[in-house]
Amino acid sequence: MTGFGLMLLVRRSLRQHALSSVVTCVSVALAAGLTMAVFAINRQTYDAFTGGEAGFDAVLGARGSQLQLVLNTVFHLETSPGNIPWTMYEEIAANPRVELAIPYAVGDNYRGYRIVGTLPEIFTKFQYRTGKTFQVKPGGRIFTMASHDAVVGEYAARKLGLKVGDTFRPYHGLAVDPKTQHKDEFTVVGVLEPTNSPSDRVIWIPIEGIYRMSGHVLRGTGQIYRPIPGEDIPPAAREVSAVMLKFSNPAAGFALDQQINKQGKVATLAWPVAQVMAELFDRIGWVSRILAMVAYLVVVVAAGSVLASIYNTMNERRREFAILRALGARRATVFAAIVLEATTITTVGALVGFLVYGAILAAAFYIVREQTGIVLDAFRFDPALVLTPLGIAAVGALAGLVPAFKAYRTDVASNLTPSS
Amino acid sequence: MTPPLLEITDLAKSFAAPDGARSLTIDIPAFALAPGEQVAVRGSSGSGKTTLLNLIAGILQADRGRIVLAGQDLGTLSESRRDRLRATTIGYVFQNFNLLQGYSALENVMLGMLFGAGIDRERARALLERVGLGHRLHYRPAQLSIGQQQRVAVARALANHPKLVLADEPTGNLDQRHAGDALALIREVCREQNAALLLVSHDPAVLSAFDRVEDLAQLNRAAGDARTSPASEATT
Repeated sequence: MTGFGLMLLVRRSLRQHALSSVVTCVSVALAAGLTMAVFAINRQTYDAFTGGEAGFDAVLGARGSQLQLVLNTVFHLETSPGNIPWTMYEEIAANPRVELAIPYAVGDNYRGYRIVGTLPEIFTKFQYRTGKTFQVKPGGRIFTMASHDAVVGEYAARKLGLKVGDTFRPYHGLAVDPKTQHKDEFTVVGVLEPTNSPSDRVIWIPIEGIYRMSGHVLRGTGQIYRPIPGEDIPPAAREVSAVMLKFSNPAAGFALDQQINKQGKVATLAWPVAQVMAELFDRIGWVSRILAMVAYLVVVVAAGSVLASIYNTMNERRREFAILRALGARRATVFAAIVLEATTITTVGALVGFLVYGAILAAAFYIVREQTGIVLDAFRFDPALVLTPLGIAAVGALAGLVPAFKAYRTDVASNLTPSS
Repeated sequence: MTPPLLEITDLAKSFAAPDGARSLTIDIPAFALAPGEQVAVRGSSGSGKTTLLNLIAGILQADRGRIVLAGQDLGTLSESRRDRLRATTIGYVFQNFNLLQGYSALENVMLGMLFGAGIDRERARALLERVGLGHRLHYRPAQLSIGQQQRVAVARALANHPKLVLADEPTGNLDQRHAGDALALIREVCREQNAALLLVSHDPAVLSAFDRVEDLAQLNRAAGDARTSPASEATT
């Protein structure tokens, strides 16, 4: 008997039991889509947050949690752990082990989008990803130091409706409270090209703009200093929230880690950034494991529904099997037809599962983008996209073994309608 | 001398009753059928007609004795070899036709080919046209009259160029006029396809059409016992 013959039997049986076949297919599709999504999103999120090929090596900030420092400066999440004196920035910038040091001053927002005060070098020298620098969209420019200019990340500009020439007044802190709105007005001079990174959600202004923002005070010396319009701010009074660092050689990280984290008491060097994030994922790894377990359970339930849907048809189909056997079908053929039927349902279900996967992914991408600015890659290959359908087809075939065995044991003579 | 197509020697088959005792249903010392021959076997209800046909088809296994079909001793063959022999050598027309309800007339005939010579759509179509159902190829059994269903069953039985067609009360569900037509058709088509025909029936009108008629009551020494065999094993 040919494979075509088997498929004819399977196709007809599926059509005869169309409703239960479709319902089972849908449950398998949900299981497949969920499983693929859990693994693919987990891996992509891990890769996105653990940096991959970041264009910087470390973050220097106030003494405290490296994770908080990285989340605040790289992902623009969490609150800043505190400030360090400007002089510390100058020292590290002058260190021969450091190729590039960019200071950040944070603590303000505009309608929920964080404002980062920094230097113009952020647009000319800083690489948000290896080999990638920020690009201003045509018609815009980067800010100058002593100005009320602002350069807006692509996502923030789109969501806030900001374009070149627009003005806005920042809010103090991370909340949008009219009572905390600063009097200072900033003018958008440029909108950045999308980077698919958290920076897309940031509004960049000159660091001086942060220092001189109404109501801000500086404590670089330990004493409160209020910037005076028209007068330079003494370096000793200045503070920075963090410094993004690119080292001149790989050994620099070890030396600075030793110097700042092990021997120093004032600052924290978050290095390597990827490892800091990896530790976070390791710590919350149980969440992924639970999600994976839920996905596996759903697969088991789907396999059970395949088994039940076929098994429930066995009684009504005993005569059909007997007729097929009377026509010359071997037991193994009937067995194979049932296993193939189960495998077909699960395979079709697994293929439809890609639609479910796409839908879950779309929702996850939207949420991740909305929350972090990171854009996951919908078309990135993940081993789960191959292993899950294969695994589910195999589980389906296994689920088909029970009814197949029942069909295998069908007695021909007693199931052909008695005739005389 | 041409060897017989079917040769039965000392054949016995019994079934277990619910009380555990065994009831002998078939006990046939000898029977033979020549290639192309058409034989009717007279048998009343419960005389073991269907059991005999199922034994010849290899669906049931004998307790004792030999069935040699087309030179092959069924008792020496594995189940799958018997299945194969049934698919390639035997066409079976059941009293209730046993058509698969979810399949069209054409597909039912093609299914008959699936396990034997292989699917030949044109032959399936030609057979259905031969039995007068060229205009009902894609009708399902439920959409056909009883007589038409019977003709589909005949076409299916001949799908694999069988050497032997077994017919179990093939006219049992038909009225007298249609029964006569159906019988004539079966005999004619078997002749055209060079297939021998072994038909069992209790209908005198059917039996009278055959030159050779065997009486199962005489052929089967267990016929009297078989009538008392349990209904659950009503393959008799």
